[in-house]
Amino acid sequence: MGNAPEAGDDPDAETDGGLRAYTVRLELVDEPGELLRTLAPIADNGGNLLSIHHERGNITPRGHIPVEVDLECPPDRFDDIVEGLRDAGVNVIQAGAEHYGEEINVVLIGHLVDTDLSNTLSRIEDEAEAVVLDLSLAAPEGTGDISSARARLAIDSGRSEEALAAINSIGTDKELTVVEPLLGGDA
Amino acid sequence: MKLAILGAGDVGRSVADLAGEYGHEVVALADSTTAAIDPDGIDVDQTLERKVGGEAVGPSDPDDIFDTEYDVLVEATPTTLGDAEPGFTHVSRALEADRHVVLANKGPVAERYEELRALEAEHAGSIRFEATVGGAIPVLSTIEDCTPQAVTAVRGVLNGTANFILTRMAAEGLDYEHVLAEAQDLGVAEADPTFDVDGTDAALKFVILANVLADGGFALEDATVDGIQNIPGSALDLAAEDGRTIRLIGEATRDGIRVEPRLVPENGPLAVTGTRNIVQIETRNAGSLHSSGRGAGGPETATAVLSDVGRLPPL
Repeated sequence: MGNAPEAGDDPDAETDGGLRAYTVRLELVDEPGELLRTLAPIADNGGNLLSIHHERGNITPRGHIPVEVDLECPPDRFDDIVEGLRDAGVNVIQAGAEHYGEEINVVLIGHLVDTDLSNTLSRIEDEAEAVVLDLSLAAPEGTGDISSARARLAIDSGRSEEALAAINSIGTDKELTVVEPLLGGDA
Repeated sequence: MKLAILGAGDVGRSVADLAGEYGHEVVALADSTTAAIDPDGIDVDQTLERKVGGEAVGPSDPDDIFDTEYDVLVEATPTTLGDAEPGFTHVSRALEADRHVVLANKGPVAERYEELRALEAEHAGSIRFEATVGGAIPVLSTIEDCTPQAVTAVRGVLNGTANFILTRMAAEGLDYEHVLAEAQDLGVAEADPTFDVDGTDAALKFVILANVLADGGFALEDATVDGIQNIPGSALDLAAEDGRTIRLIGEATRDGIRVEPRLVPENGPLAVTGTRNIVQIETRNAGSLHSSGRGAGGPETATAVLSDVGRLPPL
């Protein structure tokens, strides 16, 4: 974790060369050929199928079968894919919940509580385009004193440096020390 | 080779002490006020005894060293910042007299690298400075062997005091001030530990590395430096929850120098413990090389000086 996966090395690497991974949740009518018909708009619009999770035993409240499709495509093609699916009459429940290729840890140190930790975290999510997966806070001297927090973040593959730069500038704003992970080499 | 040693601290004294073992002769040893000089070789034991006993090193003036017959000037005076004096003048006088120079003093190499290389190019002698980076660890000679052009980055832990403090904080769950006091009692940290804990000492070493990689262009003010004084014990506890720890990590590339507390895997190569140092040399064609060892200490650093002396061509 924390290292940029090397191309071709890591089966979990989600993006490469400008592609991004997306998850689409669909509802299919339980009829023969329906799945195949559904996948055509993805390929036709330049998407690459990564996996299909077809929950046959699980029926939605409307009596349909939920299907989860992971695919990758250039970001500017994704809207065309979703539109293509809808044009084909497929019920798209959720689109664009991205899979994140990398996890990194950062430790924040300072007056975390007085500087509104929850605002700090939402700024990290917005400005660093990260998802906070996990957070621990330690304030042994009480919340009015210096405290530390560790956040595990999910970010897109290959975007660690940008995300860390954004987190650092939030830290500067709020007078927090940001302890970054060492990403280079095989640290 | 005939060695003239300037500086009679731990490193200078150890070089004098070990020189014979490496097949070299000491013709002069000076501290800032006096010098022992003998063209046929000084009596090292007696000279060191006088120095340790608080007496004058010898009857001569330190300046007379430059008029002695020597092959290599060993510059082991304390590191100074800014103009790196008087170390820089010592080096230039020796080069202008067509002698070799081996530095243990980081100042001139970190702050005035291009001037040193220009002087070296104009005169017959060479400069070497293995001892300035990582004590006994062969960092610069490894880069030289890989050729600097094929090295893309150098990272690592190059300050034993800061590393000792972070290691103890993580192991005992103690705060910085407490561990610093302990380190001072043990003699690991100096009475004034500022340069070690604020990252300056490590930064000077990574500035030297960046200068070697890029053939000059860097001084201390070009480095981004942050120390360990603001790291509470709780931050190390939190890092450990995810198998990480915090180390004062330096990075040197052709683009710049950065020294900061960073999260590294607890069981990874860079998480050395105690006063141990480590460097990771990232190469274009051979992956990463790691070298770990004692980054400070008189005899340890003296071995780097004497290895340099052994690599010098005959004049």
